[in-house]
Amino acid sequence: MQELHGEKPGKAKKERTPMPEQPAEERRKNFNEVALGYTKEDALAEASRCLSCKDPKCVEGCPVNVDIPGFIKLVCEENFEGAIEKIKATNALPAICGRVCPQETQCEALCVLGKKGQPVAIGRLERFCADYEREKGVKSPEVMPPTGKKVAVVGSGPAGLTAAADLAKLGHKVTIFESLHKAGGVLSYGIPEFRLPKEIVRQEVEYIKKLGVEVKPNYIIGRIKTLDELCDEFDAVFLGTGAGLPNFMGIEGENLNGVYSANEFLTRVNLMKAYDPEYDTKVRQGKHVVVVGGGNVAMDSARSALRLGADEVSIVYRRGEDEMPARREEIEHAKEEGITFRLLTNPVRILGDEKFNVTGVECIKMELGEPDKSGRRSPVPVEGSEFVVPADVVVIAIGTSPNPIIFKGSEGLEQNKKGTVVADEETGATSKCGVFAGGDVVTGAATVISAMGAGKKAAKAIDEYLKEK
Amino acid sequence: MAYRILEKEEIAPSVHKMVIVAPDVAKAAKAGQFIILRIDERGERVPLTIADFERETGTVTVIFQEMGKTTKQLAKLSAGDSLEDFVGPLGTPADVRKLGTVILVGGGVGVAPIYPQAKAYVNAGNRVISIIGARNKDLLILEEEMKKASSELYIATDDGSKGHHGFVTDIMKKILDSGEKVARVVIIGPPIMMKVGAGVASPYDVEILVSLNSIMVDGTGMCGGCRVTVGGETKFTCVDGPEFDARKVDFVQLMNRLAMYRGEEAKAVEKYEEECRCGLH
Repeated sequence: MQELHGEKPGKAKKERTPMPEQPAEERRKNFNEVALGYTKEDALAEASRCLSCKDPKCVEGCPVNVDIPGFIKLVCEENFEGAIEKIKATNALPAICGRVCPQETQCEALCVLGKKGQPVAIGRLERFCADYEREKGVKSPEVMPPTGKKVAVVGSGPAGLTAAADLAKLGHKVTIFESLHKAGGVLSYGIPEFRLPKEIVRQEVEYIKKLGVEVKPNYIIGRIKTLDELCDEFDAVFLGTGAGLPNFMGIEGENLNGVYSANEFLTRVNLMKAYDPEYDTKVRQGKHVVVVGGGNVAMDSARSALRLGADEVSIVYRRGEDEMPARREEIEHAKEEGITFRLLTNPVRILGDEKFNVTGVECIKMELGEPDKSGRRSPVPVEGSEFVVPADVVVIAIGTSPNPIIFKGSEGLEQNKKGTVVADEETGATSKCGVFAGGDVVTGAATVISAMGAGKKAAKAIDEYLKEK
Repeated sequence: MAYRILEKEEIAPSVHKMVIVAPDVAKAAKAGQFIILRIDERGERVPLTIADFERETGTVTVIFQEMGKTTKQLAKLSAGDSLEDFVGPLGTPADVRKLGTVILVGGGVGVAPIYPQAKAYVNAGNRVISIIGARNKDLLILEEEMKKASSELYIATDDGSKGHHGFVTDIMKKILDSGEKVARVVIIGPPIMMKVGAGVASPYDVEILVSLNSIMVDGTGMCGGCRVTVGGETKFTCVDGPEFDARKVDFVQLMNRLAMYRGEEAKAVEKYEEECRCGLH
C-alpha cells in the first residue's frame, strides 16, 4: 500500500497531475471533448497525492457526500471497479459530475493540500473511474425488493435523475416525465458536447433505466396531465423541472433576427445538433458573435459560436473578471480559444438593418461602484462612453427562471416572487402534500451537483414519507 | 417511442392531412392548441396546429402544406409509417365560451386550425359564421367539414373559381357592415392575411383574435425563439399564445422573424430534392 502511495504523506507533490487536453488551436474548430481524461498512470500518480485524512473535509464539501478518500484509496490499489462502486453508492451520475461539477469551490476547495499547494484533482479521478467502468461495461446495480409504492418524477435533469435513481434503488416504482424528446434536461440541451459528450448522458440515463425507472419523453406535466392528477395517481411526486425560462434584458432591438436566448442557441446546437449538416435544425452561423453574460452558460455559448465558424466572438459582461460567476476553468478555456472578453461593458441596445437582421450591439462602459447587497461592487455606467460592437449573432445569457407550465391547473403549491417553488432545504417538501421539489426549480439557476444534492435529499425524505403513509 | 400514422391523404395539391395515434395528446387536446413533431432522429421539431382530435380512438389530426424540407419529407410518409416524436398539446387553448355570434375566418391551410374552433364555439352555444378561402377552388380545404361544423359558411377564392371572387376579409367586412351584432372575430391564415384582416376589422366594435405560427424549438417556453411583440410587450407564442389580440400584434416583426431561416431553408429544400432525384429518399 505504502509503496503505491509513493512518497510519504506530507511529502505529497505540490502540483497536481495535468489533464490531457485537445490543443486550443485544434479544439476551437471541433465539437469533440476538450478534456481527454486521465490515463491509468495519470490517475495513479494523482491518487497517490491524497493524504487519506482521518477527518476528510472534502466529503463535507460534496453536496452528495461521496466517500472521496475511500474511492481514491481504491484507485491507488488499482481497484477501479471498487472505486466506482464506492462513488456510485452516493452519486448516480459520476461521469457527468467528474466533468461539470465546480470541484474547485466544493470538495477540492476544502482539500488540505490546497493550503500549501494544489488540492487533489478529485473531479478528474472521479471521471477516470466512471470512464473506466463505462469502457468495461456498466454492471447492473442492486435494487431493493419492490415496495409497491409509485413515485412520479417530473423532469429528467440532474435533480430528477438523481431522485429517481435513489428511489428506485429503495424499491419504489419510479416514472420520469420529460417534456423534450430526449432525457437529461440541461445535460442534454444546455451543456455542449465539447464539455459533456451526449453519449455519456445517454449511458447515464440507461443506467437509471436499468434500476427499473421508466422514462416517458414528450410528456408535459401541466399540459397532458396536471400536477394534481399526478398526485392522485402516484404516492408521491418529485418536481425537478429546473429553471428553463430564458431571461431577456428588455432593451431595444432584442427581437431582431439573429438575437438568441442562450437556451435557444444551445438547444439548437446541442440537443438538435445544428452544427452537424446531417441534421435538419438550423442555427445562424455568425461571423461576429456577441454573448451577453458572465456565467458558464455564456462561456458555453461563446465557445459553441466559435466552433460553428465565427471569426470573432466576444463576451460582454457588466462587471469585472473576478465577479464572473463562470468556473475559472471555463473562463481560461474560453480565453485560450481566443474569445474576447469585454468586461465592465453593458449592452444598451441592439442595432439592426432594414431587413430586421442584427448588425451590432451598442454598449456602454461601466465602472465598479459601492458593494451591493450580494457584496459584489455594483457596476455604474460611465456617461458618454457608448460604442458599438459589430455583430450578426447576439446571444443573451443572463440567466433563467423556472418554467411556469408545470403549475398550470394545479393548486396549493407555494411559490415565491421569482417563480421558484418554496421547499424545505433538507427534505424538499413543498406546501402541497406528497409533493417534493429540488434543483433549479427551487433555487433558481445553479449547478448540476447542487441539483443532484437536492434530488438526493428529497429521495430520502420521500422514502420516509412513503413509509409513514 | 414511435407515433403511428393511421391515415394520410393529400386533400389539396401539396396539402396533406395526417391522422396520428397519440392517445395522451388526444385526451388532453383542446381547440386552439398545437403539437410539435419530429420525423426522425435527425429531424427538426416542427410545430403544427391541431386540426382535429378524437379522444375515443386516441388520434390527432394535423394538416400541413409542403413548404420546407421537413414538410416535403413528411408528405412522403404513408399510413403505417411512424413519427419519432409527437408532443402536445401545446399552447394556451382558445378561450371558447358563449359570446353570441362569432365569425371565424380561415385562409389557406389556416382553415385547418379554424375547424376545431368552429366545433368548439358551436358546442359552447354560439352562432358561428365561418368564412374560408384559398387562392383557387382546388386549394380550398375542409369545405364539407366546415359546412357541417358552422351555422353559416361563406367561401372566397382569389381567382373566383369558387364562391366570392376576392378575399375572405371582404365577406367579413360585409357581415360587420350589415349591423349584425358580432362578439368576436377569429382570423387564422398566412401572416399577411391576418394583418390585413385585423386592419379591416379594427374599426368595428368587435374582439379580434389571431393565432400565430412563429418559429420555435421546444414549444414550452424554453427557447424564446417564438417571441413576438404584443401591445409593446414581448410575449412567447408557445405559452402566452398562440392566440393574441390582433389589434396589439406587431405583424411586421412577426413576418420578419418568420423569414429568419428562409435562405437556409431554400438550400435545405434544394439539397433534399436533389437527393430525392438520386433515389436517396
